[in-house]
Amino acid sequence: MKKGRRDPEAKGGEREEEEEQPEMKRCKTAKRRKNIKNENARKMEEEEEEAEVRNAKRKKKHAKREKGEREEREEDGGKRRVKEKAREGRRRTHTRVETSSEPETSEEDELEEESEESEVRPESLSPEELEMLKEAVYERKKLVQGLRGKPWPMKEKLVTLRESQEFVEKYEGALGKGKGRKIYAYKVMMSKKWMKFQRDFENFKTACIPWEMKIKEIESHFGSSVASYFIFLRWMYGINMILFCLTFGLVMVPEALMGRPYGTIPRKTVPRAEAASAMDFAVLWDFGGYAQYSVLFYGYYNNQRAIGWLKFRMPLSYFLVGVGTVAYSYMVVIRTMARNANESGVGDDNSFNFSWKMFTSWDYLIGNPETADNKFASITTSFKEAILEEQESCKDDNIHLTRFLRVLANFLVLCCLAGSGYLIYFVVRRSQKFALEGLETHTWWERNEVNMVMSLLGMFCPMLFDVISALENYHPRVALQWQLGRIFALFLGNLYTFIIALMDEINLKREEEKIIKFNITMWEASLYNATGSENSTALPVTFHPADVPRGPCWETMVGQEFVRLIISDTMTTYITLLIGDFLRAVLVRFLNYCWCWDLEAGFPSYSEFDVSGNVLGLIFNQGMIWMGAFYAPCLPALNVLRLHVSMYLQCWAVMCCNVPQERVFKASGSNNFYMAMLLVILFLSTLPAIYTIVTIPPSFDCGPFSGKKRMFDVIQETLESDFPAWFSKVFSYASNPGLVLPFILLMVLAIYYLQSTSKSYKEANVDLKKKLQTQNEENKRKNKLAALKAQTDLEEARAATQTAEQKNNNASLQHQHAEEEEDLGSSQRKNGRPPPSVRHQDGRPPATRAPAPRTLHPDTHRSLGYLPGGGFPQQREPRMHRVPSLQRH
Amino acid sequence: MGTTASQLGKDLLSEYQELTFLTKQEILLAHKRFTELLTKDEKDLPNTRVPAERILTLPELKSNPFRKRICHVFSTSEQKDGSLTFEDFLDLLSAFSDSATLEIKSHYAFRIFDFDDDGTLDCGDLEKLVNCLTGETDETRLTTEEMRQLINNILEESDIDKDGTVNLSEFQHVISRSPDFVSSFKIVL
Repeated sequence: MKKGRRDPEAKGGEREEEEEQPEMKRCKTAKRRKNIKNENARKMEEEEEEAEVRNAKRKKKHAKREKGEREEREEDGGKRRVKEKAREGRRRTHTRVETSSEPETSEEDELEEESEESEVRPESLSPEELEMLKEAVYERKKLVQGLRGKPWPMKEKLVTLRESQEFVEKYEGALGKGKGRKIYAYKVMMSKKWMKFQRDFENFKTACIPWEMKIKEIESHFGSSVASYFIFLRWMYGINMILFCLTFGLVMVPEALMGRPYGTIPRKTVPRAEAASAMDFAVLWDFGGYAQYSVLFYGYYNNQRAIGWLKFRMPLSYFLVGVGTVAYSYMVVIRTMARNANESGVGDDNSFNFSWKMFTSWDYLIGNPETADNKFASITTSFKEAILEEQESCKDDNIHLTRFLRVLANFLVLCCLAGSGYLIYFVVRRSQKFALEGLETHTWWERNEVNMVMSLLGMFCPMLFDVISALENYHPRVALQWQLGRIFALFLGNLYTFIIALMDEINLKREEEKIIKFNITMWEASLYNATGSENSTALPVTFHPADVPRGPCWETMVGQEFVRLIISDTMTTYITLLIGDFLRAVLVRFLNYCWCWDLEAGFPSYSEFDVSGNVLGLIFNQGMIWMGAFYAPCLPALNVLRLHVSMYLQCWAVMCCNVPQERVFKASGSNNFYMAMLLVILFLSTLPAIYTIVTIPPSFDCGPFSGKKRMFDVIQETLESDFPAWFSKVFSYASNPGLVLPFILLMVLAIYYLQSTSKSYKEANVDLKKKLQTQNEENKRKNKLAALKAQTDLEEARAATQTAEQKNNNASLQHQHAEEEEDLGSSQRKNGRPPPSVRHQDGRPPATRAPAPRTLHPDTHRSLGYLPGGGFPQQREPRMHRVPSLQRH
Repeated sequence: MGTTASQLGKDLLSEYQELTFLTKQEILLAHKRFTELLTKDEKDLPNTRVPAERILTLPELKSNPFRKRICHVFSTSEQKDGSLTFEDFLDLLSAFSDSATLEIKSHYAFRIFDFDDDGTLDCGDLEKLVNCLTGETDETRLTTEEMRQLINNILEESDIDKDGTVNLSEFQHVISRSPDFVSSFKIVL
């Protein structure tokens, strides 16, 4: 009856079954005694039961109960299942022959002594009983906790859960006595409440993750690799949110609330010459006019040391936030990398290459037939590739041609890179010329040339690379890596040309600044002369701050450039998305009805979602944020906005107009790759920022550091004026080279030491792996030998029985034996399982079949030992067969 | 068990949460999706079985090559027709959920791959498995030679006791070292 209902368990691991089998029988045969076994669970019925118990053979039953409880402790819950089964079985009608109970009797003896005192009634529990009860309750609780991890059908789990809970509830209270009782009940109640709270909190937490449903929807359409981009985007959004909170809360808001209001000093006022057009949309769009003279940019901030009634140290806060954003980003990226490396650390051995391809290559999340088709194709190719690699029949037909083509391709790519670099440099220089002549005289294109050229290059060069890479004839995986590397180089080259051009511009501005500074002193002197000798201390108030001449403020210029770059980059991304994906999809869809070839399957078709390109775009965008955030505090805010919109727009675009990729990649392998790129970009983008902060003196009349020689002097200033004298003294001692150099040396030594230990660990790991492998091979060989031997033994045994039976002249029996041997033999060869001990007691000469299983036993048992859940179907037939055959003997 | 009530009972819901790896929202969603599969008159009956054909219309399962096996494995039906009750359905989702353990996932994966339900993955099972993975069309199918080679390689790697089949413990041993089994053995409603 079990076989029909719980098919898998019936096939369950033979070891388990071996244990289960006698018990199952017991349970079934001893229907009415059954309840005694979990006496504790049914104390209500115990009175009647106990009468029966006494009438029946006492020993046996005690033994059984004891054994039951012992086993409960041993294999948490596995037993209970049996009980469950038995109980259900009881309800059904089933006729099964009572078979031998030998295994039980053997255990009875050893358990006899401890079974005496357990017949006490529940009211007068002895300490031992109490202990046992407690343990049972504890066991039940543990069972309930582990229940979700059990591969049983829900019905069974439900029944077990309810019963266990009932049991626990019933006896938990009884456990404590008198005073302890209340506390115990209270504790139980609290733990229940706590569990419930935890569960609710867990539910709440999953409900709080933003865009979870959206990502899951995409995941189920396109598989995990496309979803990995969106998860990365979400992660990026989180980081930017924190950067935004930092700059917004500690820099922008304090300045806006407590700093001097707009229009009070020259740096916070739009100059007279620009005032007329300061509110024009075109100017604002370029972040000039009122936008330039606001908290969004560096130049607006005043160098007043403390502002407002809070005495907020504005310049210091500005500097620390700048450092903090970079430090936080480093920390997060490195921590994530370390965690990823930990998670994927086990997957580095290649010993299960084929099996993994076979058992784990299907992505069960795929819910879209097209993705599924692509996945089929990619799995097939991966199988074929693996087989080819295994055969090592990798024949290269014309190595010279491919070499030549590869060199040519790389040459072309280098040309592209150099060309794009030069183009950017050229454009930036030209724009400087335009800027000197005044922006108003030029067209929109001339004003936005730099950004547009950069965005267009970023858009078209990857396509060019893609075409070029067709020359190279690489393996697709290698080709993808080359492609990514080239795009990376392109973006990086563009960014750095841009920065170098900016540096040029900064130098120009500083020249200009010198002249203006000189002019201002002249202007002030003339003012002084004009106002004359009446009042030499006060400046004339008649001058509006808008009229005061001022320097070019290169920091704001840098900030503006970055903001413009981000804006135009965002725009191009969105526009390509709309044109390249949406419009294309619409055209393909609707023109297909009246076109001469199949547009959907043929040339234009629908676009794929380009995971790697999008990830690279995101990473470079982030790099620009890190670079520019110091000079334009509004950048993180802009980026948060951009990412937010991207999330919705790209989710929509993916779902509505993209088709799944032809080559479906797994996401898990690439995560750390992205992170490593992010780290490189982070490093490369902080370099120029740090360079400018450390080497270039700040503008004299704008920004929080104006008037200082270097920006980091603000630390020195704070130390001197805000901390007690001894502190700055200590600090100056600590920062002198005599102390710093040894410290650095120490750190280097520590790094060296840690690195060498990790290397030795790695070596040890490799060694251990080798050892394991050799051991494995040895085991395999041994097993093979053992199997061979068993087979020969079996043959011998068969021959022996046949001769014996010929002597016996019992035709029917002989037939039966032969059949039996057949079964037994096959099951042994399959599972290496020794026949049950019952067999030895049937009066036959054990020599006929004992040797084969015995030799087999130790090895195979060890290798199978660690999982009892396996299924061994062949087991079933022999056993079914055995029962009647036994009785006939 | 009251699964046909438009709202699940509170006690039952908390029991389901206890017994599965699903959150409350997921269980409710599962219930909603499941009742959508029922016909009108079935909604009034308790413990309705939804036949496998109707379960397979779910978009999450539609393109899965193992869909029939999945239904078969999680079904508690006596006729072995792959029909699911709501509780079977919850079992399915729980095993395929994000937070299910490697152990339970690999257990069910093994049973899904064990096409003839005999408790081991033998050559026949592996061949069927490869055919499932490479799709139905002829151009993606492997040739018999390739198939033989592939199966030999797999047995070489994972059949530790050399009995010509992969059993559950060997299977779990292989799976537990795979970097991306847990992340891809997922079905989300």
